[in-house]
Amino acid sequence: MANLSTEFLGIRSPNPFWLASAPPTDKQYNVERAFEAGWGGVVWKTLGEAGPPVVNVNGPRYGAIWGADRRLLGLNNIELITDRDLEVNLREIKEVKRKWPDRAMIVSLMVPCEEEPWKKILARVEETGADGVELNFGCPHGMSERGMGSAVGQVPEYIEMVARWCKQHTRMPVIVKLTPNITDIRKPAEAAKRGGADAVSLINTINSITAVDLDNFAPEPTIDGKGSHGGYCGPAVKPIALSMVSEIARNPETHGLPISGIGGVTTWRDAAEFIALGCGSVQVCTAAMTYGFKIVQEMIAGLSNYMDEKGYESIEDFRGKAVPNVTDWQYLNLNYVTKARIDQDLCIKCGRCHIACEDTSHQAITNMVDGARHFEVIDEECVGCNMCVNVCPVEGCISMEPIAGVDPRTKKPVDPDYANWTTHPNNPAVWAKEAAE
Amino acid sequence: MSEAPRERDVKPGRLDADSYLELFSDLHPPLDRHEAHVEADRCYFCYDAPCMTACPTEIDIPLFIREISADNPLGAAKTIFDQNIFGGMCARVCPTETLCEQACVRELAEGKPVKIGLLQRYATDTAMAQNKHFYVRAPSTGKRVAVVGAGPAGLACAHRLAMRGHEVDVYEAREKAGGLNEYGIAAYKTPENFAQAEVDYITAIGGITIHEGKALGRDIALERLTRDYDAVFLGMGLAGVNALGDADAEAEGSLDAVGWIRDLRQTTDLSTVPVGRRVVVIGGGMTAVDAAVQAKSLGADEVTICYRGPKERMKASEYEQEIAKIRGVTVRYGMLPKRMIASGGVVTGMEFERDGERVVIECDEVMKAIGQSFTPEALNGSGPSITLERGRIRVDAEGRTSMDKVWAGGDCVNAGDDLTVTAVAQGRDAAESIHTMLSSGAS
Ligand SMILES: Cc1cc2nc3c(=O)[nH]c(=O)nc-3n(C[C@H](O)[C@H](O)[C@H](O)COP(=O)(O)OP(=O)(O)OC[C@H]3O[C@@H](n4cnc5c(N)ncnc54)[C@H](O)[C@@H]3O)c2cc1C
Ligand SMILES: Cc1cc2nc3c(=O)[nH]c(=O)nc-3n(C[C@H](O)[C@H](O)[C@H](O)COP(=O)(O)O)c2cc1C
Ligand code: SF4
Ligand code: SF4
Ligand code: SF4
Repeated sequence: MANLSTEFLGIRSPNPFWLASAPPTDKQYNVERAFEAGWGGVVWKTLGEAGPPVVNVNGPRYGAIWGADRRLLGLNNIELITDRDLEVNLREIKEVKRKWPDRAMIVSLMVPCEEEPWKKILARVEETGADGVELNFGCPHGMSERGMGSAVGQVPEYIEMVARWCKQHTRMPVIVKLTPNITDIRKPAEAAKRGGADAVSLINTINSITAVDLDNFAPEPTIDGKGSHGGYCGPAVKPIALSMVSEIARNPETHGLPISGIGGVTTWRDAAEFIALGCGSVQVCTAAMTYGFKIVQEMIAGLSNYMDEKGYESIEDFRGKAVPNVTDWQYLNLNYVTKARIDQDLCIKCGRCHIACEDTSHQAITNMVDGARHFEVIDEECVGCNMCVNVCPVEGCISMEPIAGVDPRTKKPVDPDYANWTTHPNNPAVWAKEAAE
Repeated sequence: MSEAPRERDVKPGRLDADSYLELFSDLHPPLDRHEAHVEADRCYFCYDAPCMTACPTEIDIPLFIREISADNPLGAAKTIFDQNIFGGMCARVCPTETLCEQACVRELAEGKPVKIGLLQRYATDTAMAQNKHFYVRAPSTGKRVAVVGAGPAGLACAHRLAMRGHEVDVYEAREKAGGLNEYGIAAYKTPENFAQAEVDYITAIGGITIHEGKALGRDIALERLTRDYDAVFLGMGLAGVNALGDADAEAEGSLDAVGWIRDLRQTTDLSTVPVGRRVVVIGGGMTAVDAAVQAKSLGADEVTICYRGPKERMKASEYEQEIAKIRGVTVRYGMLPKRMIASGGVVTGMEFERDGERVVIECDEVMKAIGQSFTPEALNGSGPSITLERGRIRVDAEGRTSMDKVWAGGDCVNAGDDLTVTAVAQGRDAAESIHTMLSSGAS
C-alpha cells in the first residue's frame, strides 16, 4: 500500500491532509477529535497578541451558495481570528502536541505589523513545542481594517519585512499564508521568499458577498440590517486556488518554494490535484465544516488507492508532476484539432448539447435527423470547444477526439507537427519580426 | 355450480372508519416544499423537451419545473394553467407513466423519471390554496357561445372563450358540473371534493354561466342553440355504456361500473355503500381498474378483473395494473365473458371461456366496464344531423364538426384517447378556433 506520510519543511505527518486554520482547529476539543478521525496535522486557529481577545459578531457569520439538492458549493464567513484567550490556546496547543507527537502542529499567527509583537508571540509559541508557524496575511475582513491580515498580504514589502523578522526571531519553520485578493499572486510569494520564509500556503478566503436579502435589501449574512463582505471558500474556490498555486510553482523566482495547498479541497482527488501542482501538504476547512472530520477517511483511502493504481509509493513520486504542463496560452499547440463525439448508446436525448452549441456556440450539433430526435456533431462546424461536454448530464457521453487528415471545418489538412501562436501568421509580432528581417 | 345455493353476501360497512379514510386517501400524497425542490433539481431543462411533446396540452414542463426550483411556484402554476386550466386535476389523474413521465429523459437514463405530475400538483395546489387567479377577461366581444356538457372539455373551452371576451352558457345534464372529474375519476385520485373546488376556481374568471340539469335533446335542442348563439361547442362525453350482449342477464348484482362509480363518488359516507364479498369486474380499461380497486377498498374480499385479451393489450397502463395488484385485486387475462349465472334473479357467478375451456367464478356482483359509448340521439333528435365516425362526432383538426357553427371535443369526438388531459386540449383548441371565427366576423 502506498505510503502517505509526508515531510513538509522537515515536519512529519502521517498523511498530507491538514486542517486549515479556522473553527475546526480553534480548540483542543476539536483538534483531538480531528486527530482521532485521522487528520495528519492542523494549523491552529490564528492567534493574536496577548491581552483582551478579539470579539466576533453575535449574529450570523456565514453565507453560502448551493448547487442542486442544496449541496454546499461556496461558503462565506465574517469570522475573525480566535476570540479565545491567548494563554488558553497556548496551553492547549502544548497539551495536544504532547499527546499527539506524530501529527503536524502548526500555529497560525496575526499580530500588528511591528517587530516587537511578532518577536513576543513567536517566543510564546516556541514554548508549546509546535512544529512551525503560519503567518496569516490573508484574512480579508475585520482584521484587514485594523492593518493586519490581507492588509499586510496585499503589500509585498510588508510580507518580506514580517517574514524576515520571524525568521530572525524563531528557529521554527515559517509558512506565509497568502491572500488571493490581489492581482498577481507571484508578487507576494516572491516577497515571502525574499524575506526568508520556508514556504507559502494558499489560498486564504476571497472577498465575497454570497447573497442580497431581497426583503431587507442587505447583504447576507445580515447583522441587524447590515452586512459586510466576507471571505469565500469551499468547492467554488478550488479553480482559483489551483491556478494561483500553479503560478507560484512555475514562476522561476519561486519555483521549488514549498507550498501548502488550500482552497476547496473536498475529496482525495482535489488533494491529489494540488499535490500534482507541487504542494507538499493540503489544508482543508470548508469540507470538514460541512461534513465533519470523518471525510478524511475517504481522502486517505482514495489517495492511497490512486497511488497504488499508478504505482506511486510516496507522495513525492507524483508531487509537482503537472507543473511542467502548465504553460502560457501562446505555447499551446494550434495544430491539435479535436471534434466532439457523441456516444449514441449513452445519449439520453436531453438536447442540452444542441441548445448550448446552437444558441451560444457554433451551431455544430443537430437536434433532428430525418424527422427523428437525434443529436450528432457536425464536424464542418465544430471548433472543438468542449462546451457540449460540460453541459451533458451523462458523464462520458460526449468526448473530444483529436483528428488527423483534413479538418472538415477549415477544409485544410491537419498539420501533425506542433506549432503555436508565436509563429502563427496571424500574429502581429510575427509580421513585425518578418518586416525587420 | 354443484354447490347448494348460498347466501348472497352484499353489504355496507365492511370496514372500520379508519380503514375507509386510509384506503380512500390520496393515492400519491402531495410533495411539500422541500420534496418539490429536491425533485425539481432533477430536471435537466431539456431542449425541445420530450416530456412537453408527450403532454397532450403541451405544458412547458421544463419551464414550470425551473420556476419551482427558483422558488416561484405561482409562476410555475401560471405556466401550467396557460396551457391547461385543469392542471390541478390532470396532475392527479393523468396516466403520467404513459405520457410526460414516460418520455422524460431520466426514464431513459435511469428508469426514474422526474415526478412531473407531483411537481405540477405542487405548483397548482399552491396557487389554488392562495386562491390566486392569473387571467382577466378581454373586453367583451358581445358574442355568445353555448357549451354542452360541463366536463373537462366543455369547461376548458368555456374558460378560454371567457378569457377571449365572449359570453358563455354551459348546459349540463347533471346536477353538478365537472363531468367525469366529479362522477367518474377514482375517489382516491381526487379526494376532498377537489373536482368542485376546481370548477369554482376555473369559473371564477367570470362570463361563464352553468345551467345544471339542462340536457341537450331533453330540455334544449341543438337547433335552438345554433339559432340563439354565435357558436356551439359539444363536450358531452359518452353517455352510454357498452352492453355485454348475450352474456348479460337481468339480475340483481349485475352492475354497470360507470354508474356504480358515479354513485360511489356522490356518497359522503363510504360506510353506507354496499359491496359484495366476491366481485368480478369485466373489462380492461381505467374504469375496470377503478371499479375493482374501489370495490376492494370498500372491503370486498375477492375482486377479480377479467379481461378478454392478453396482458399487453389491456388499456389500463402497466402502472394502473400494478396499483390494482398492490391493492389486492386479481387480474386475469384471456377471459372471454360467456354467461352471467343467476339464481332467483340474483347474480351468483360469471362464466368465461379461457383457451377454449369453461371457467366459472362465483361472485356476488358483476361489474361491467367494457367501455362507454356516445349516444347520438341527443343531437339527431333535436336538429339536423351531425356526421359521426366510428360512433362518435367527426371533427377536423380544430374541432369543427360537419355542422356550421358547431364544434366538439373530448370523449364525444373521434379524435381522442379518452383522457381528461386530451379533453382539455381539445376544448381549449376549439375555443381558439371559435374565437378566430368570431373575431373574423364570419358568423
Ligand atoms: C371510471 C373512469 C375513470 C377514469 N379515470 C381517468 C383517469 O384516471 N385519468 C384520465 O385521464 N382519464 C380518466 N377517465 C377518462 C376521463 O374521465 C374522460 O376522458 C374525460 O372526463 C372526458 O371529458 P369530457 O369533457 O369529454 O367528458 P365528460 O367528463 O364525460 O363530461 C361530459 C359532460 O357532459 C354532460 N352531458 C352528457 N350528455 C349531455 C347532454 N345531452 N346535455 C348536457 N350535458 C350532457 C355529462 O353529464 C358530463 O358532465 C376515466 C373515465 C372513467 C369513466
Ligand atoms: C469560518 C472561517 C474562519 C477562518 N478563519 C481563519 C483564520 O483564523 N486564519 C486563517 O489563516 N484562515 C482562516 N480561514 C480560512 C481557511 O483557513 C482557508 O484558508 C479557507 O477557508 C480555504 O479553504 P477551504 O476551501 O478548504 O475552506 C477561515 C475560514 C473560515 C470558513
Ligand atoms: S465542442 Fe463546442 S463547438 Fe464543438 S460541438 Fe461541442 S459545443 Fe459545439
Ligand atoms: S447533452 Fe448528452 S445526453 Fe443530452 S442530448 Fe446531448 S449528448 Fe445526449
Ligand atoms: S424530459 Fe424530464 S428532465 Fe427533461 S425537461 Fe422534461 S422533466 Fe425535465
